[in-house]
Amino acid sequence: MEDFIQAVVAKYNYWIYITLMMIGLWAIIAKNNLVKKIIGVNIFQTAIILFYVSIGAKRGATIPILEHAHGDAHGAAAHAFHAVDYMNPLPHVLMLTAIVVGVATLGVALALAIKVYRRFGTLEEDEILAKLRKK
Amino acid sequence: MSQQYPALLIVVPLLSALVISAAGWANRRLCFPIAVAALSVSAYCSIGLLRQVVDHGVIVYRLGGWPPPWGIAYYVDHLNGLVLAVVSIVALVNLVASKRSIEEEFSEKAGAFYTLYVLMVTGLLGISATGDAFNLYVLLEVAALTGYGMLAMGHKDRAALATLNYLYMGTIGACFYLLGVGYLYIVTGSLNMADIARLLPDLYQSKTVFAAFLICMVGVWLKMAFFPLHAWLPNAYTYAPSAASSLIAPLVTKVMIYVMIRLMLTVFTPAFAFEAIAVSEAVVWLAVLAIFIGAIMALAERNLKKMLTYIIIAEVGYMVGGAWLGNRAGMTGAILHIANDAIMTLCAFLAVGCMVYKTKGADFEDLKGLFRKMPFTMGAFVLAAMSIIGVPPTCGFFSKWYLITGAIQAGHYGFMVALIFSSLVCVVLFFRIIEIGYYEPFADHHGHGHDHHSEPPAPMDEAPLSMLVPLLIVAAGLVVVGLYTGDIVEHVVRFAIPKGLV
Repeated sequence: MEDFIQAVVAKYNYWIYITLMMIGLWAIIAKNNLVKKIIGVNIFQTAIILFYVSIGAKRGATIPILEHAHGDAHGAAAHAFHAVDYMNPLPHVLMLTAIVVGVATLGVALALAIKVYRRFGTLEEDEILAKLRKK
Repeated sequence: MSQQYPALLIVVPLLSALVISAAGWANRRLCFPIAVAALSVSAYCSIGLLRQVVDHGVIVYRLGGWPPPWGIAYYVDHLNGLVLAVVSIVALVNLVASKRSIEEEFSEKAGAFYTLYVLMVTGLLGISATGDAFNLYVLLEVAALTGYGMLAMGHKDRAALATLNYLYMGTIGACFYLLGVGYLYIVTGSLNMADIARLLPDLYQSKTVFAAFLICMVGVWLKMAFFPLHAWLPNAYTYAPSAASSLIAPLVTKVMIYVMIRLMLTVFTPAFAFEAIAVSEAVVWLAVLAIFIGAIMALAERNLKKMLTYIIIAEVGYMVGGAWLGNRAGMTGAILHIANDAIMTLCAFLAVGCMVYKTKGADFEDLKGLFRKMPFTMGAFVLAAMSIIGVPPTCGFFSKWYLITGAIQAGHYGFMVALIFSSLVCVVLFFRIIEIGYYEPFADHHGHGHDHHSEPPAPMDEAPLSMLVPLLIVAAGLVVVGLYTGDIVEHVVRFAIPKGLV
């Protein structure tokens, strides 16, 4: 049990993203309301964004702007740069794109939900299906 | 100029999409010519690229001049050269053929539809051309989001809900792919496919790499509607507008098969996919199930369009199974089938588009007497049907032949039986359609008269020429591609498969 707790604590970022992902998946599968499902999709995407953000972080590292590199050429040359001192900016930059994708998906999904609502006057999936069956 | 083909291929339709959307406000009639021009440039570039690749080998294009692995490189070899050509030509032909039905179905929103259409083609071409794993994700979502937009413009009751279901599954699929790429990034520190491939072999025993591979695969399978992840496809495609379904049905699943093969052959190697991990047997069995379920579900349908969507699910099973057999013949069959299935699905859906244009429905009831009413459309449909069944000399026969050869070489008789079973089911399916269309008298089910004796035989009432001519060209293409199969395999497909795979 102790080993397990240690394993969880040591890699807590992975456990958090998996938990969030499963919450999102649960909402997509089990919720009856279309907007709740859509929010589930969004949580699912956000979980992966957090995963990426967490893998760029390092303990004791600073933001990826080179220190002492400003202006003076010999200063930059004099300091050796250690990648360990800086966070990895690449995953964060990638996630800017993924956030945009997530927003676009959310927008399209909500627009579709509005379309469904205008047609059926409800967002509950079982009621919509019942109305469809009646036709 | 010809060095810039890989960029032009993507940039021209991307920028044209903006122009079309602006032109839609000024004058709606401008949209169609701009879209055709943009896709023609893409088609021209992709054919040029394919010829360059066949003559001179692989092309690496650095976007913005940044060298890989830091910059994004477009990487065109024999495999995606073929896919690019197929995607751009299918998109162009379908656009020309669908003009009438687009303008009739959404007169007000035609500009928006053309914008989405061209953007979607941009996404599909980008997926095929890119050599960067993350760039692929972004383009995947470009293609998917525009696809949702187009699919939702269909049937007024059902399209939005069906598209929403597709959106949940499609987003999960893309997220899974992104997650797999994240795992690969953790272990290799790179996003460039060639670079990842260079760094990976030392890590083949790592569990992270195994997880990355499987997660990517599940994501891609979701996107291509591989059994048992197929449930979103039939409704989404059935209730879509004709022009959208005849673009999306032939291309999206096929491009995703390409991504799967790219991951298996380039990012990972056949040595990893078939030997280091023991999943290929299980995947081929899933493909067998996909084929059986697709065929049986198709039998139960009473709507032509929905029946075809289940056939797509079976065809996805063909290609996934062929690719995972782990031998050269199977892989050849899978790659060849990407091209062939795109053309025959296009032919079938264009024919359905013509029928829907005239009869306003694709239920079996609507097809009665269609041979007399629309002989050319039905002729093209029969050709597409023969290709799907696998009758020589149509192209479907040849890829199926390679797939069956691969199955026998791999000793996987289950897959062979599944292929033959689904061919037989397709015979039943299509002869049923032909019987309805040929023998049963024309029924005017939208009207009220059911007294056939007093009515004269229905006169010929074909779809307009702008729809019919592209359809007939595609139908002829089925036979032409079939006859040139030898050349395609000899000059293109042979080089797309790494030498290690025998």
